[in-house]
Amino acid sequence: MQSPWLYIGLFLLVGIIIPIIPIAFSALVAPKKPNPIKQSTYECGIETVGDSWVQFKAQYYVFALIFLIFDVETVFLFPWALAINALPFFAVAEGVLFILILIAGLSFAWRKGMIEWV
Amino acid sequence: MSFWTDPIKVVYDGLMLLLTGWGLSGAAANVISSLLGILLLITGAMVLDIMLVWVERKVVARFQGRLGPNRVGPYGLFQPFPDIIKLIIKEDITPDGADKVVYNMAPIISLGSVIFLWAVVPLASTIYGVDLNVALLYLVAAGALGTLSIIMAGWSSNNKYALLGAFRQVAAMISFEIPMVVALLIPTILAGSLSLKVITEAQAGGRWFFWLSPLGAVLFLISAIAELGRSPFDLNEGESEIVSGYHIEYTGMKFGLFYAGELLHAFTFGGFLSVLFFGGWHGPWASQYPLLGVFYFVAKAMFGYWLIMWVKYTVPRIRIDHMLAFNWKFLTPVAFALLVVTAVVHSLLKNAGFWPYCFGLFFSNVLLGWITLEILRASTRRQRLAVEAPQPAAQH
Amino acid sequence: MDASQVIFILSAALIIASAVMVVSTRNLIQAALWLIATLFGVAILYAVLDAGFLAVVQVVVYIGAIAIMFIFAVMLTSKDMRDKGPQVNASWPGAALLGLLTFGGIFVILSKWDGLGKLPGEIPGGADALLAKLGVALTSPELFVLPFEVASILLLAALIGSVYVAMNKK
Repeated sequence: MQSPWLYIGLFLLVGIIIPIIPIAFSALVAPKKPNPIKQSTYECGIETVGDSWVQFKAQYYVFALIFLIFDVETVFLFPWALAINALPFFAVAEGVLFILILIAGLSFAWRKGMIEWV
Repeated sequence: MSFWTDPIKVVYDGLMLLLTGWGLSGAAANVISSLLGILLLITGAMVLDIMLVWVERKVVARFQGRLGPNRVGPYGLFQPFPDIIKLIIKEDITPDGADKVVYNMAPIISLGSVIFLWAVVPLASTIYGVDLNVALLYLVAAGALGTLSIIMAGWSSNNKYALLGAFRQVAAMISFEIPMVVALLIPTILAGSLSLKVITEAQAGGRWFFWLSPLGAVLFLISAIAELGRSPFDLNEGESEIVSGYHIEYTGMKFGLFYAGELLHAFTFGGFLSVLFFGGWHGPWASQYPLLGVFYFVAKAMFGYWLIMWVKYTVPRIRIDHMLAFNWKFLTPVAFALLVVTAVVHSLLKNAGFWPYCFGLFFSNVLLGWITLEILRASTRRQRLAVEAPQPAAQH
Repeated sequence: MDASQVIFILSAALIIASAVMVVSTRNLIQAALWLIATLFGVAILYAVLDAGFLAVVQVVVYIGAIAIMFIFAVMLTSKDMRDKGPQVNASWPGAALLGLLTFGGIFVILSKWDGLGKLPGEIPGGADALLAKLGVALTSPELFVLPFEVASILLLAALIGSVYVAMNKK
């Protein structure tokens, strides 16, 4: 294999096709008797009330934002961690500074009450 | 180089000879033998998945003081087959109003994202799918695809509870990705590479990363259990609270794919725990005989999987706000502190010889763990004293 | 036709088709899912160019964080997740002309570059060593350490900004 990514591409293709096989087999074999009551959405056994849209809390979005920032930070840390063997101690200190700045951000969010679920 | 010392290369060379003898060009023969290898690997993973159904039910039964399946075959070994047959012949009920394309794609992507992980797992010194130089990030990327499939499942079911459950599950999963990625940085620092093959080889001779960084292994285990969406972090899937969360509207084999995907995901993470921290396929004579390496790997992965099951069937479920507070207020700071400590100690001691290095890392981990426990103890003591403070005397 | 050319054409077709679906579909969540297909096509392109790290980072950050944030935002803010207005902007002839002119300009500039017909060259030192070199470059005082630290300050600013915005809404 010249490139591992070609193998990964083939693997992705086969890996998507393989789970389709049991579903296709089941579509052939299983009975099909659609019925409006069977197909109504489930709400603990009673009829559904209202739209299937619920007032979502803004907290979901805040957690996604905080996660995004820390995700980008960890992506920056990967090359640093790889090169740590070849770097003088000064470079390790730079990485630590990077982490400390973002921990300061996390504690700011903590103090402002952003990571509560209320 | 015989079959026992290097099985994959022998088989591959034989296949290439056969296919080029039939007149195919070199590149096409390459693709076909790779496809056969991929099929073998994926089929092996699926067969393992089927066995895991039996393992899971037997182990949960023993934890709960009962026998588990013991009717179908000796010790109930053939139990997964009736389960699969039952799931296949069940009627597939699609709720009305569901978005058909997304609804059908979600279980496929969910199981697919777990199968993708097996491309980079080193089963032995010469048996692995591909040696990717960014394998650890590939792991996180496959996890991101799994998270996506949960949102797709929850949204396309046209059901309030499914949507709510999917949102909570995704919020928990993405939150716990941060300590997991930071815990993955620790073997990267210790081994100097993102490739799983190099990380496993760096643990030769009993120099397991578990001895060097036990806190990292614990951190990875906890965040992996949360990433899997298993108990004690499975509020969003709990039968009693939110009626199975994003699975509600799935029937038959589609539900079976979600369930099988979860089991295989748990086993794969047991495998990653063993590769990253417990030496992977290393063991006596594993370097000469790769098939023995596969046996050691599966044994260690089973041990990791058993740890995950042990936690699941012992600890009660945690509420969503406790879960998120646990992640952002405890695990993330501890993970970053561990990263800083590991980086500093590693770069200070890497030239100091074998034993000072190992002991330095081990004791720095233990010290950090002890400091964390002391901080926790002090803060809970403060909270308890605040609650137990003598109340002002009530008026008569 | 080289294998990498075939893969490039297929992934370019995927990217363009998904991008067209993103802007033309009425259902907002489906638009987000088509965006994910587009981003995945870009990741495939990165992998073909031997930038494996960027390919996985694209999936992890763009698909695993940003697309999920888009979906959360859509679900949080719109009661009815369908776009009701007219699908076609009234000034589309002018926009189409501008787009064609830009494409023509880029095409003319690229056709004067002699690297257009060649496949990507070999990376000196091998693709595997690139990551360690990136790490050294990011922290070495002569190279990019200042942008590295400024990036962390930028992320801190983004965090503080998001906290401020979310706090006002509460």
